[in-house]
Amino acid sequence: MSLKFKLNIPHLILSVILMAVGISAIFALSKIDLILFEKNFTSIGILLAALIFYSGIILIVMMFENETLLSISLLFPSVVAVAIFVYGFIGWSIRVSLSKWKGLTPDFTWVGLAQYQELFKDPRFLIDVRNTVMFTVLFIAGCLIIGLTLAILLDQKLKGESIFRSIFLFPMSISFIASGVVWGWLMNPATGSRTAGINLIFKSLGLNSLISLWHSTPQPWGMAFTVIPAVWMLSGYTMALYLGGMRAISDDLREAARVDGASEFEIYRYIVFPMLQPVTLSAVIILGHMSLKIFDLIVALGNKDIRLDVPGIYMWVTTFDGTNYAQGAAIGVLMLISVAILVIPYLVQNIRTETEL
Amino acid sequence: MTHRKPVVSVLYYTFLIALMLVYLLPIYLLLLTGFKPFDQVDLKTMWNLPVGGLYIDNFIAGYKQLAPNIDNSLKMVIPEALLSALLGSINGYLLAKWKFKGSNLLFSLILFGMFIPYQSILIPLVKFMQSINLYGDLPGLVMVHIIYGIPITTLIFRNYYAGISSEILEAGRIDGASLLGLYRYIMFPLSAPSFAVVIIWQFTQAWNEFLFAVVLTNQSNWPVTVALNNLAGSQLVQWNVLMAATFMAALPTMLVYIFLGRFFLRGLMAGALKE
Repeated sequence: MSLKFKLNIPHLILSVILMAVGISAIFALSKIDLILFEKNFTSIGILLAALIFYSGIILIVMMFENETLLSISLLFPSVVAVAIFVYGFIGWSIRVSLSKWKGLTPDFTWVGLAQYQELFKDPRFLIDVRNTVMFTVLFIAGCLIIGLTLAILLDQKLKGESIFRSIFLFPMSISFIASGVVWGWLMNPATGSRTAGINLIFKSLGLNSLISLWHSTPQPWGMAFTVIPAVWMLSGYTMALYLGGMRAISDDLREAARVDGASEFEIYRYIVFPMLQPVTLSAVIILGHMSLKIFDLIVALGNKDIRLDVPGIYMWVTTFDGTNYAQGAAIGVLMLISVAILVIPYLVQNIRTETEL
Repeated sequence: MTHRKPVVSVLYYTFLIALMLVYLLPIYLLLLTGFKPFDQVDLKTMWNLPVGGLYIDNFIAGYKQLAPNIDNSLKMVIPEALLSALLGSINGYLLAKWKFKGSNLLFSLILFGMFIPYQSILIPLVKFMQSINLYGDLPGLVMVHIIYGIPITTLIFRNYYAGISSEILEAGRIDGASLLGLYRYIMFPLSAPSFAVVIIWQFTQAWNEFLFAVVLTNQSNWPVTVALNNLAGSQLVQWNVLMAATFMAALPTMLVYIFLGRFFLRGLMAGALKE
């Protein structure tokens, strides 16, 4: 590493000023509170002061004319933030999950894996696991089947394709909470004269056999209906992924197959589908990690109904309503492990293929 | 596809239009309910069209329910989206064009942060935010969204900058530009599309986010998702007002999607790590 140093007097003076201002501001703010508009801005002030100090450091680093060093220094704040807020906090959560912290005062007494053992004996957690598995399987299957169907239909070069595409994609722009609220009304389980929502449409069409209790169906099948709003939201996304994959297949290839006498069906069966396998893998990973941590949709839809419980909700309730921090942390860590098993191989493979390029 | 029979085309369209109607059903219900006067709101006739014109009383009532929270969400989302984009742009530039030993590994480690379930960091996060006095209010929520947004914003910018030919940078380098000079005079002016993608993406994400919002803010600072969920759970609000409020809560991101959809789509695609 070459460390040529080129002195730049104005920059040096500026950097000394910045560092001095930054340090003294941090000092001052650690002694007195900064109140603006009747709100406490001390921490934000300290953050800004640290940024001023940091820009002084950057000015000095710039004088070294070593661009690797400068690049690393500029990445430094983000790297530190991710290191603390992602990896540090994960470590901290793991430590909490190995303790017996229950109640408002932290208690880090080591209990080993006792919290985890307890969870796997806890009927509620076992229901959560079952619900998550059911949700994940049906959600991924629903999105892949509907997404692929939509993509094939839109791949036919029909007029108005972009309008259809936009409409199938637009639910993605709405929050899980808003979707959950609307679908909660659409999937209204009331019967008799209180019949409402989709059931009311079925009733007026004379399709009485289709009238359903939706997500109020006795367990375990009630959970299956919570997949409907989720598929509504993300099948368009899956369609867009597939459509992107299909558009990447050259028309020449299809044309050649056509000349060789292949039917449209055979072209899909032997050319398009095999080439879409990587897209399916990406879609499964993305959809899978979403469903393993599904939370807000079920909150809005089920209103903390215990039958529709998932680990994300149980963690929230255990920690913040029940103040059982150790148990809550253990649920969080188990959620992390399930997502990591799915995502880490994908990330590793992604980086490998990239380094080969 | 010149040889498709008309019958087949008709079949395709019928199927697509049927699916489209199903996809639009929830929005149709929101609008339908919203446009009815109060005295026509009845569960039995919820699918009937409003009689005697369109009324917007429901929308006004729904907006009134959520007005302070829409305000909170805007105050949180705008600084969050702008700062996220700036940070992501610098990170993306450095990781795309100034690779050092281990920078790919570093990038993967950052990227992992976008997949984690936030329940796995929630307890430390709450305790940390309480200890630095940023708990309960919007600035803290802004900071949290920016930090957990670093992976996706860095990813989008990195992919974008990787596609800009290094020859332009070489040329700038021969003209004597430094690392920051190249960013300032070459990369930054070329980044407008990426800034649009990232700002829109972060705006939508933060507007729609629920877990951080419900855990890190107190009632007077609730963003719109938390307030809407609370409204839906309470027995005091009529369902027609609730539908109108839901529409109001979803409107900003729907408008963004309608008018800036292609940028939104690019953010979505980047999330799958493939360009």
